[in-house]
Amino acid sequence: MSILAENLTWGVRRRTIVSGISISVERGETLGLVGPNGSGKSSLLRLLAGLKRPGAGTVTINGRDIAQVPRKALSREVAFVQQSAATETSVTVLDVVRLGRTPHRSALAGWSARDESAVVKALERVDMWGRRQQSWQTLSGGERQRVHIARALAQTPQVMFLDEPTNHLDIHHQIEILRMVRDLDQTSVVALHDLNLAAMFCDKIVVLQSGSVFASGTPEDVLTETLLKSVFKVTADVTRTAAGADMHIRFMP
Amino acid sequence: MMSSVASTSQGVRLPLLMVGSLVALAVAIATATAIGDYTIGLGTVVLSITNELGLTGAELSPIEQSVVWDLRLSRALVAALAGAGLALSGTILQALLRNALAEPFVLGVSAGASTGAVCVIVLGIGAGSNALSFGAFAGAFAAFGVVALLSNGATTGPSHTILAGVAASQLFSSLTSYIVTTSGNAEQVRNVMFWLLGSFGGVRWPDFQLLLIIVPLGLAVCMYLGRALDAFTFGDEDAAALGVPVGRIRIVLFAVTAMMTAAIVSMIGAVGFVGLVVPHAARYVVGPMHMRLLPASAIVGAVFMVTADIVSRVIVSQQTIPIGVVTALVGVPFFAVILYRARPQA
Ligand SMILES: Nc1ncnc2c1ncn2[C@@H]1O[C@H](COP(=O)(O)OP(=O)(O)OP(=O)(O)O)[C@@H](O)[C@H]1O
Ligand SMILES: [Mg+2]
Repeated sequence: MSILAENLTWGVRRRTIVSGISISVERGETLGLVGPNGSGKSSLLRLLAGLKRPGAGTVTINGRDIAQVPRKALSREVAFVQQSAATETSVTVLDVVRLGRTPHRSALAGWSARDESAVVKALERVDMWGRRQQSWQTLSGGERQRVHIARALAQTPQVMFLDEPTNHLDIHHQIEILRMVRDLDQTSVVALHDLNLAAMFCDKIVVLQSGSVFASGTPEDVLTETLLKSVFKVTADVTRTAAGADMHIRFMP
Repeated sequence: MMSSVASTSQGVRLPLLMVGSLVALAVAIATATAIGDYTIGLGTVVLSITNELGLTGAELSPIEQSVVWDLRLSRALVAALAGAGLALSGTILQALLRNALAEPFVLGVSAGASTGAVCVIVLGIGAGSNALSFGAFAGAFAAFGVVALLSNGATTGPSHTILAGVAASQLFSSLTSYIVTTSGNAEQVRNVMFWLLGSFGGVRWPDFQLLLIIVPLGLAVCMYLGRALDAFTFGDEDAAALGVPVGRIRIVLFAVTAMMTAAIVSMIGAVGFVGLVVPHAARYVVGPMHMRLLPASAIVGAVFMVTADIVSRVIVSQQTIPIGVVTALVGVPFFAVILYRARPQA
């Protein structure tokens, strides 16, 4: 088991935001996290990535309790792509992706061939190699998103957490990025709003509602008309091909 | 391929730049030593210094030798280290607080130092310039302590820390005003004002020796944490995701900058603008990544401060303008050029 979360609970003051969530993700699997706004997807991702300390419960990644793993060692294995990253500093695309090597470099170590190849590969992967010298400030929203994904890839992690990575992306890059995430050997947990994309690219889906797991399983099992009605308050028509491989959700006005 | 990734967009070669600016620094220090109410030839300056270092044994007028060595050289070197330290502190705080307006005094250090100094001058606690320095240093650290307390050990995020700094500055400024207005006479108030605006008048070799320990040590710590500072580009949480121990780094670097600033302020007063402007100037030349930016800031700060000291002594004959006035007068136009040239290309 690559990621195992048991009974995670987290809240601020009196309000419980994540309550009693347990999930497990196999090595190499892609888990989709869906749910309405404010259902706790980002909070859960932060708990899983060790960026917040749970009030109760544990997260185990590759067999180790992450609360016991030093920050730097953890970041060599785990990458996190924020929902929205911003800076005022005028850094270049290359500067940003090079930051991904931070956990692998000691304070004064030089730039190694391994750092180099990780950065080049990551930039090529998201189709941004040609723009590596451009200032991050001048990138479009989707390009920024891709640069951040490249930075996470440059970390060469075994586990990736992505918070709505397809925000701002055109349909071509939405599909490209999710296909890439799925095809990587890494284990990934992806928060998504587009249920069709989630169905297409995720091996398993966890539906959150008000901080708890409402349902989990394969896309076919989970994304049913009744569930969509009760969690997202929409009427939808779910069609699938005989093989069950391609499912399609059509929302009714 | 290798070089295309290893170098950043700012294509200026660092070694060349470093050598160039070290030469500029040497020239500035030599000039500062030669120029004054009593101008001494550059040859005499060099010989006086080598004489004192025991390298030469040239026959020089003892007065000239003493002016060069005891007064001007120590002053120029203190100016260089103070400029470097303030610029370095500004760079660190701009990165950690992710605020382009951050400068060494944002943590209340200068206000605290003023209060400490004023206590010594006005209330007559202790005597002599040592007592003044000590008072300023103690005040600076007291203010930093208040900021640390208000911002929960600086763990609550940049805007919180800035607000705590503002509150501490206000608190200590009003304490200063209170002490000055209730127990000061006109002469004392003038002294305090003059001190606040900054002066290299009183510095001597012991000041240099202290800064020679503190500033290079500060630079070393900052360079060691330079990569971690880069990771703060997209915020604290992002830095944590890159494996940086955010809380620990922040408290270490705040303490280092407070230490440098307090030492400098206690010697030369609260000289503004260097810590704000120089990091921006350096960033404009070498880019925002700290392994280049930190040394560049330090050296630009040193050159800037030595130059400002020269200007302060020659601009009005027979009189020395407070150094803080000069840094602002020289700094603002310089800053305007950078702001103009670095504006986003619309
Ligand atoms: N630090 C915090 N303090 C108070 N409330 C918080 C905090 N963090 C999250 N919340 C609340 O917790 C709930 C869950 O937030 P979270 O960001 O996890 O939602 P989400 O599922 O990612 O939503 P979205 O789809 O809009 O991204 C929200 O109602 C939010 O207001
Ligand atoms: Mg979210």
